Amino acid sequence: MKPRTIVDKIWENHLIHCEVGKPDLLYIDLHLVHEVTSPQAFEGLRMNHRKVRRPDRTFATVDHNVPTTENRETKDPVSKIQISTLEKNCADFGIELADIYRPSQGIVHVIGPELGLTQPGKTIVCGDSHTSTHGAFGAIAFGIGTSEVEHVLATQTLWQKRPKTMQIKVNGRLGMGVAAKDLILAIIAKYGISVGMGYIVEYTGEAIRNLSMEERMTVCNMSIEAGARAGLISPDETTVGYIRGRRFAPKGEAFEAAAKEWLALATDEGAVYDRTIEIDAGEIEPQVTWGTNPSMGSSINGTVPDPEAIESEEKRQAYSKALAYMDLKPGTPIRDIPVDVVFIGSCTNSRLSDLQQAARIVRGRRVHEGVRALIVPGSQQIRKQAEEEGLDKIFTEAGFEWRQSGCSMCLAMNDDSVPAGKRCASTSNRNFEGRQGTGSRTHLVSPAMAAAAAISGHFVDVREFEKVH
Amino acid sequence: MMEPFQTFKGLVCPMDRTNVDTDQIIPKQFLKRVERKGFGECLFFNWRFNEKGAKNPDFVLNQPKYAGASILVAGDNFGCGSSREHAPWALQDYGFKVIIAPSFADIFYNNCQKNGILAIRLDKEKTDVLIAYATKTSLHLTINLEDQTITGDGFSYTFDIDPYQKEMLLEGLDEIAVTMRHEDEIAAYEQKHTVSA
Ligand code: SF4
Repeated sequence: MKPRTIVDKIWENHLIHCEVGKPDLLYIDLHLVHEVTSPQAFEGLRMNHRKVRRPDRTFATVDHNVPTTENRETKDPVSKIQISTLEKNCADFGIELADIYRPSQGIVHVIGPELGLTQPGKTIVCGDSHTSTHGAFGAIAFGIGTSEVEHVLATQTLWQKRPKTMQIKVNGRLGMGVAAKDLILAIIAKYGISVGMGYIVEYTGEAIRNLSMEERMTVCNMSIEAGARAGLISPDETTVGYIRGRRFAPKGEAFEAAAKEWLALATDEGAVYDRTIEIDAGEIEPQVTWGTNPSMGSSINGTVPDPEAIESEEKRQAYSKALAYMDLKPGTPIRDIPVDVVFIGSCTNSRLSDLQQAARIVRGRRVHEGVRALIVPGSQQIRKQAEEEGLDKIFTEAGFEWRQSGCSMCLAMNDDSVPAGKRCASTSNRNFEGRQGTGSRTHLVSPAMAAAAAISGHFVDVREFEKVH
Repeated sequence: MMEPFQTFKGLVCPMDRTNVDTDQIIPKQFLKRVERKGFGECLFFNWRFNEKGAKNPDFVLNQPKYAGASILVAGDNFGCGSSREHAPWALQDYGFKVIIAPSFADIFYNNCQKNGILAIRLDKEKTDVLIAYATKTSLHLTINLEDQTITGDGFSYTFDIDPYQKEMLLEGLDEIAVTMRHEDEIAAYEQKHTVSA
């Protein structure tokens, strides 16, 4: 048989109907739902007297809107309606909901893997672009719009044109103090935010194999920031080890059988991709973005670029606009940029290992005067585990706020926002204008880099920070 | 059920920016509503209005000569970022029926077609010309989906579109109803693959 990529294998396993000149009709194994992109879909079902075909393959949570304060009370009446609408929809249609008071609650892309819902070989969708996160397990996982949410609820299928495949091969090893976040930010800085358009990206190579599952999720999470439809990593023993024992994972012999099938999904030796990019992990340094899209980034040892030095007219304009919005002068060393707010959270970097890395930097130190710093764990379960390890104490003693789980300041739909004109070192995935609050200025970094900035009051190279302090 | 897309004539609004992201098309504070309607007033909110809520006269949508525009021509990678369908809902509610750009983000492109908005991929040289022309004077274009042509004011371009998406738009088909015709195949698939959720 011809060698196949993991994308070929999963796609072919899920084909229900194909016809020349039409997209393929694909079966969807898992549909994750949250409060923001689902109300109009359920309304559509009701209007047409339709049911949810497979409530048992649908799982919902509240994350985008929910307050992260201790008592979790929603003050905003409009958010309240959105949350109660999801509660009613789940009750009416028989869907399990990790509501705000449940230990399973958290950011949709954090809890899917945590509960063992996310498994290799599955097709996974959610009305959210960062669904690509689940690809870390060797699943085809992608974001869909609300019309498609309705379609999946009603039919458990989607019409999809088969995307092309791109291999991003990361050779060598990441240096000490260089995180998975730096890796993906460096890839996007180098190749731009539309390099992946029309592709599913498979990340391969030694550096990827050496990543933990949580780090792989960080990389796949930001595939969409490179414009890709989805990103994934072939399953291996790391993948199998992570899933074992989780709530929705198969048990006993069934697990061993499943694990064998999962491992067999890995891309075959000699399989052909439509495009391959290779990079060397050893060259990557800790990253900080300076602009208003994720490709506008630099190594911590770089400087803010000068738009005048850029040849392409279009890029020059985009850079000037970005620098004006960010209030940065060309030539400023990145490490001289001060920060007002530090946000450690989001589906990119709010997992236990992210918090552990931040805690290592923070332990025994104080947040810099005038800086507001927040830790927002990705889920209730992570919050609990972190507390068991005493991480919450390390953070609160240093002056960080220890919050409840949710999307929080990643998109500021609840009360957690960055004030206009203020600068935030954020572990999230998007630095668009106004993303963290109207007029807010976002710099994307890894959890360790964010923690070091919180202590120093400006960006610093974590590798030196650990040496000096 | 969406409206079938027929031949359409409208005024062009140029948007000379690349990578217009969904956070700009509709900022997140407006995503809390549970309805589909009424998002037009929030379209490009942070660009259209200043901090005090007054209209920003420099923003293209606020210029009187583009009042009533229904065709938006923009730069590369339009609609990048989030999957929020609120973005096409806002564009549609404001009055846009057609969006022309050299490239679109995948999810945004799909979301447009599902709502009966025609998103047209047109070469950068051509969109540049349209943007420049529409900036100088008022440009009315006629879009014929059946023939895949853009004409008017001396312009005459053709465009490509996936035949399936073309058919869905032309007929205004309810995709769920179309899929339901494959019910037997879906059921057979489920029978064969009784994997746990
Ligand atoms: S954490 Fe941010 S990026 Fe992730 S799902 Fe929530 S809002 Fe989206």
